[in-house]
Amino acid sequence: MSVEAREARQPWILLSPALTAVTLLLFIPLIFIVIYSFWLRTATGAEQVGFYLDNWREVLSDRFYRDILLNTLKIAAITTVVCALMGYPAAYFIARARGNKAILLLLLMLPFWISYIIRTMSWINILGVSGAFNSAMIWIGLIDEPIQMLYNETTVILGLVHFLLPFMILNVFVSVDGIDTNLEDAANSLGATRWQAFVQVTLPLSLPGLAAGGLLCFVLGAGTYITPLILGGPTDAMFANLVFEAIITQLNWPLGSALSLMLLAVLGGLVLIYNHYLGMSQLAKGLG
Amino acid sequence: MSAVTLNNIVKRFGDFTAVHRSSLEIAEGAFVTLLGPSGCGKTTNLRMIAGLLDPTEGEILIGGRRVNDVPIHKRNLGLVFQNYALFPHKTVAENVAFGLKYRDVPASEIPGRVQDALDLVQLPDVGERYPKALSGGQQQRIALARAIVIEPDVLLLDEPLSALDANLREDMRVELKRIQERIGVTTIFVTHDQSEALAMSDQIVVMSDGRVEQVGEPEEVYNTPASEFVANFLGASNILDAECSGRTGGKLSLDAPIFGDLSIPAEKAPNLGGAGRAKLVIRAEKLVLSATPAPEGTVSVPATVETVDYQGQAVRYFVRAGETQLQAINMIDEHPFAAGAQVHLHLRPQDCAALPG
Repeated sequence: MSVEAREARQPWILLSPALTAVTLLLFIPLIFIVIYSFWLRTATGAEQVGFYLDNWREVLSDRFYRDILLNTLKIAAITTVVCALMGYPAAYFIARARGNKAILLLLLMLPFWISYIIRTMSWINILGVSGAFNSAMIWIGLIDEPIQMLYNETTVILGLVHFLLPFMILNVFVSVDGIDTNLEDAANSLGATRWQAFVQVTLPLSLPGLAAGGLLCFVLGAGTYITPLILGGPTDAMFANLVFEAIITQLNWPLGSALSLMLLAVLGGLVLIYNHYLGMSQLAKGLG
Repeated sequence: MSAVTLNNIVKRFGDFTAVHRSSLEIAEGAFVTLLGPSGCGKTTNLRMIAGLLDPTEGEILIGGRRVNDVPIHKRNLGLVFQNYALFPHKTVAENVAFGLKYRDVPASEIPGRVQDALDLVQLPDVGERYPKALSGGQQQRIALARAIVIEPDVLLLDEPLSALDANLREDMRVELKRIQERIGVTTIFVTHDQSEALAMSDQIVVMSDGRVEQVGEPEEVYNTPASEFVANFLGASNILDAECSGRTGGKLSLDAPIFGDLSIPAEKAPNLGGAGRAKLVIRAEKLVLSATPAPEGTVSVPATVETVDYQGQAVRYFVRAGETQLQAINMIDEHPFAAGAQVHLHLRPQDCAALPG
């Protein structure tokens, strides 16, 4: 076999374990879900195998689902913007720090060692009726009765920001860290103040990282059900909660499948748009 | 009035002193090179003049004005980096126009000034391209255009040619010198490359370990090194321990191994006071190998060729005379000597320099 032929085959050999896993664990189950979505759950609770469009008709026409989908996208968008505003300065600071960046990055990764669910639940101890904040305020004497701050949309966003901020910071960090500091020096020498140099040079060059971080925050935020489950009220359900509800609570797999495919389609569409304009390689950089 | 003055500048990074109390006067319009090996403090000096670093002690004056507390963006300096540092997201024209936007230049004049700068660096037609579409040499020309279009008081060049390959580097150095002479801007050039320094400078400042070793015109620094470091760093030199027996008229009498008594001009040893220990400096190219003994007025000693380093138009020999190994760089006339050949080393005493021992 020629060297060229061997080199052409090599990537496939290296990819095969991953491809096998993705096929078995992701692609095939996804096909099952597609098939399920055309089945029907009868009044008796049994599933009727066949090709029915009833689930899809319900999912696509019912305003209830559409409103929750829009609300989910809104919450994800707000979360993404908050993460960008909070994460960019932090990422810039780490990237331009003179000291040990590795330590700062380690501190950033530290929360990942604790389960996401535990981290989310920690807000109950902070903001709950008998939580740290209320206890402190009562002790100081600013309030007489504890205030219920949990279980609303704000706390859902708070929990999502808490969960997603490190993803934003890492992506922006990689981007800013890759920008030659001489560029800012050059801009300064040409008469730009530090802020002007940042706006003219560093910010535009770091936009791909910001976009990659934004995409991750948005997709992960829009797909979560744990945060609204723990920190949201009865009306704060996000779209993934509907899937959870349909499949786990109602055991309605066909409807749950259709719902989850709809969310997948919306988020997948966003990823495709992102890929069209910026390319997935930027995302890979941020994750690596 | 000098264009740039460094007054007892000290720069420390923690416990490390990068620049020890250096002082320097740079004349208006001069091309001055800070030359030295990496870590000698030359770039630190440049960055302090630029305002990218603050001196720990001492003052920096530009055009007679103390600039220690003037931020970089108000110093009106042109800065060119080794890695070009062009803004990759802006076109060439936008890069060159960048500095003009922060000056009182009417928007209508900007395109004309940008075009003039591009013409000056002989790349008139690349304004709409992005930097990555240009070669390294072209990018460096654009970086130069961007730095000079703002009519800086001082042009600072931080190893601007080091990233280019050898042929291009020599072309660019001629080009750079041409542009500098044309616009007459005071220029401070940092390099570790002695041939760049010798070819381009009005003045060379040789630095080592954060100290200024010597300041002088290229010929002066080359022919009359003020220290052993300078003698070794600029070109190849043989440095021999010698004994100075005193001064007679304009001559110094030195007794050196191998060559015996030499009488060298006093101006070739400005730092040597008089009798005592001394070091004899013989430039490698002043030591000439010959098959025959020397003519009158030239010292001649027998030697054996040990190693021959053929370089095309010249050859570098390592020869042994007695116990001492010497190096000689000679132009090739017909064929070089072969290793093992018995030769005569010729040396004119007036070509030697001497340093205090």
